[in-house]
Amino acid sequence: MYQHTRLTTNRLGFFQKFRNFDYILLVCILLLGFISLATMYSTDGGEIKFHTKSHFTKLAVFTLMMLVMSFINIKYWFSIGYLAYVAVVGLLVGTYLFGITSSGSQRWINLYFINLQPSELMKIFIIVCLAKFFHRMKLENVNSIYTILTSLIIILLPMGLVIVQPDLGTAVLIAISGIAVLWFAGINYKYFIYTILGFIISLPFVIAFLKPYQKLRVLTFLNPDKDPLGAGYQIIQSKIAVGSGGIFGKGFLKGTQSYLEFLPEKHTDFIFTLFSEEFGFVGSAILLVIYAIIIYRIVAIGASSRSYFAKIFCYSFGAAIFVFITINMSMVLGLLPIVGSPLPIMSYGGSSMLATMIGFGIVMSARVHNQQLIA
Amino acid sequence: MINSSSDNVKKLNSINRRMFITGSLKFFVMIGIVSRLFFLQIKENKKYLTLSDKNRIREWKLAPVRGEFHDYFGNVIAGNFEAYQLHVIPEQVEDFRYVIYRLKDLLELSDKEFKKVLKKKNEIKPWETLIVSDNLSWQKFSKINNHLYDLNGVKPVISISRNYPFKENFTHLIGYVSQANQDDIESTQAIKKNFVPGLKVGKVGLEKTFEEKLIGTNDIERYEVNAYGRRISQLEFQKGEKGKTLRLTIDTEVQKMANELLKDKAGSICVMDIYTGAVIAMHSSPSFDPNLFVFGISQDDWQLIRNDPMKPLVNKTLQGNYSPGSTIKPIVALSALENGIVNTNFTVRCTGKTEMYGQTYHCWKKKGHGYVSLRNAMKQSCDTYFYEVARKLGVDKLSETAKKFGLGEKVFGDLFDIEKRGLIPSTQWKKNALGKGWLLGETIITGIGQGYIQTTPIQLCLMTAQIANGGYKIYPHLVVDDKVKDQPIDKFTPLYKNSKNIKIVQDAIFGSTNEVMGTSYRSRIDNPKYQFAGKTGTAQVKKITEEERELDLKTFEIPYEQRDHALYVAFGPYKNPRYALSVIVEHGGNGSTTAAPMATKLFKLIIDRHKIRESLRNKKYLEI
Repeated sequence: MYQHTRLTTNRLGFFQKFRNFDYILLVCILLLGFISLATMYSTDGGEIKFHTKSHFTKLAVFTLMMLVMSFINIKYWFSIGYLAYVAVVGLLVGTYLFGITSSGSQRWINLYFINLQPSELMKIFIIVCLAKFFHRMKLENVNSIYTILTSLIIILLPMGLVIVQPDLGTAVLIAISGIAVLWFAGINYKYFIYTILGFIISLPFVIAFLKPYQKLRVLTFLNPDKDPLGAGYQIIQSKIAVGSGGIFGKGFLKGTQSYLEFLPEKHTDFIFTLFSEEFGFVGSAILLVIYAIIIYRIVAIGASSRSYFAKIFCYSFGAAIFVFITINMSMVLGLLPIVGSPLPIMSYGGSSMLATMIGFGIVMSARVHNQQLIA
Repeated sequence: MINSSSDNVKKLNSINRRMFITGSLKFFVMIGIVSRLFFLQIKENKKYLTLSDKNRIREWKLAPVRGEFHDYFGNVIAGNFEAYQLHVIPEQVEDFRYVIYRLKDLLELSDKEFKKVLKKKNEIKPWETLIVSDNLSWQKFSKINNHLYDLNGVKPVISISRNYPFKENFTHLIGYVSQANQDDIESTQAIKKNFVPGLKVGKVGLEKTFEEKLIGTNDIERYEVNAYGRRISQLEFQKGEKGKTLRLTIDTEVQKMANELLKDKAGSICVMDIYTGAVIAMHSSPSFDPNLFVFGISQDDWQLIRNDPMKPLVNKTLQGNYSPGSTIKPIVALSALENGIVNTNFTVRCTGKTEMYGQTYHCWKKKGHGYVSLRNAMKQSCDTYFYEVARKLGVDKLSETAKKFGLGEKVFGDLFDIEKRGLIPSTQWKKNALGKGWLLGETIITGIGQGYIQTTPIQLCLMTAQIANGGYKIYPHLVVDDKVKDQPIDKFTPLYKNSKNIKIVQDAIFGSTNEVMGTSYRSRIDNPKYQFAGKTGTAQVKKITEEERELDLKTFEIPYEQRDHALYVAFGPYKNPRYALSVIVEHGGNGSTTAAPMATKLFKLIIDRHKIRESLRNKKYLEI
């Protein structure tokens, strides 16, 4: 009875929705956007140039998009789950067929008004799809062969399409997003343990099948000083940049490593290095705290959501974002091989930001409509 | 409904449990990242800060400014001049091909030179300086300057380079500089420390000896550079120090005259202050222009110098081992007097030749000198007399005296690595070196400075100086040192047993020049101000056969390589001697006709210059 009344009052007015916003999350996202803009300004050498302008435009458009998304009922996001997945798979196929090749890898597809990297979108939509898949499933069916096989296909299909681009890094991140959902959905622990064991055992064989440049990356990670001007260059220079930052950093626009172009890929994957060089340990810690609050809010929104879909999406999205952040940071800090994963929001790159903002949008929608039940 | 709701509860329990596990994992991973940041940024901060500076700061060393050589009067004899150079930074040139071909036309570069420049261009980075020409004439330099509107990116530069204004006058003494090679860098610490590409270092002579003092220190420019090595901004400019300027004891005027006198001849002239040991002039002929070497000598010039039969590359003053000929006679006489073998009354009858140990020894005067005493024998350079004295004296006593007076030893010690010791033979020496016993006949020819005995011109000069100063040891030097004041030393070490013997020898030498019948009588100067005493010498380069002796050929009739060396040693002014000199003219024929007249001209100049030299010394003295 009580439930029934709640259901009827579930149609929220505009201002009610506005009140339901998670302002802490919103402020943190805007703060992050501001920091990323300042860092981008620094990568442009202290001038407003292409990267800064472009990043600002994307940030503005996608933040707006996120706000619009949060007004749309979570039911709607649930309903388009499979469709979105299929659409992105279609885009990946399109990329495979007609994609734009840049620096040896075919990752982009020209959609006439925008060059899109569908693999980035897949990181989010695989969560939406799998969340929908498990939403209605009974717990006893979760571990059935059918479920496991289906979910594995859902994960492996886009992975394969991304690996052939070739872009192993993003493929791994897609897999991690998918596995996060499987984890929260309640797939038996033993499968995870088996997978991890199997992965460790097969690692030498996997390495044998890696492309030479990928092998080099792994070897370089294990011993970057072996070839300091070649493959180890990025890791070494990145560590020098971060390490020389010290407690308070070299100061805004004063990062010599990046300013003098010792730092590779400073707009994208190594943006944290630049930030860390200029703002030091304190700045990096503050950035980490902002990310931590964002993730905490995402999880909290999931916890307060009544629908299982919203819950599993938020938890998985939170875990995925967390993994993206830690992989990127571990990479630039020399803890992991260079795999090419952007830092959410901070890194330059439209598709990545679009995907992240879509994620935030759905989370925000879940927050605004947290009492919404999905049949 | 119940089923479904209980399933929901189970599902919620499961997801919340797993969220808890995930949250904990996240927490630990976060701690891992923070501790990694802590490790890099706080613990290892210093290390990475150094690495970062190493990355971004690069030093550029500039060639140091080399110290100069001045003569005693402060004239620059090896200095620096502003070389007009042409630099191009390829990156700053819009159309490199056009500019370089335009330059080729303007500078009239040969194809060979042009190819060299192109090769150099390919070896450097586009933002590094390409030196198109390192020593341009003023005409070409100004021509380029007039065409600069058309030559974007070409920079006319004035750079400091070595210059020897007196050209061939000081070549053997000073040496020359040239591009440092691997050996130079490895052998000398100072070169290694200050090395920059294109650095010029001393190759021979004093330029080489005093490299460490002359080289100076680099200017250092510190630049911030980017990852590609391009200079972004200058951080610091550290001015280097110019090398030490060395003042020599040499008098350029005397040196120039020595060069003049030996023009087109092979030989050596050296002049020395008999009290201070200061070398006033030291010249070896023929010489060459050291400036040729500064920017790398051309193959043609090099072949010309290398193949000259008069051997300009040999420093004859220090490297030339010559038989002293009759110039050794003062030492033979002195040694005999000191050892009590002869006294002033001892006479020998010269018949033109003498028979000893079954061998005939000739005097230079066929008719003979008749009865000669020591003074007369020295004056007329009677060989027969000295054969007899040498026979009585023995080679070992002679060699003892000769060594005491500086023969058979390096005069400048370690100053020149090329200096030869000469050779003063003794019975022991022959046994050690040749493994044979000494023959008495060898003693006899040693008495007239032939046979094994060999001396360098600088040794003969020192020997004469030490006889002239009354028989005291002096230390020849070339550099005016602040520590060793260029003043006569108060306490001399005597080289004699009895100073009377020195007087006797001095007087005999005086007779040789200033009395009728003296071998260098024709070269005398009667004015007591310039009056000097000298001993001629004529060193045979080959054994004279009996037939040749009969022919009695004039010098010009003998082939050049077989002509005798002409030698002369002298000191003056006689009343109050101050300077000693030695002259050697290779294959000059006769000492009295070729070498002695040079001494006449030299003494006039040296003694005139003495007053100026002295006034400079006194002035310096007063200033202190």
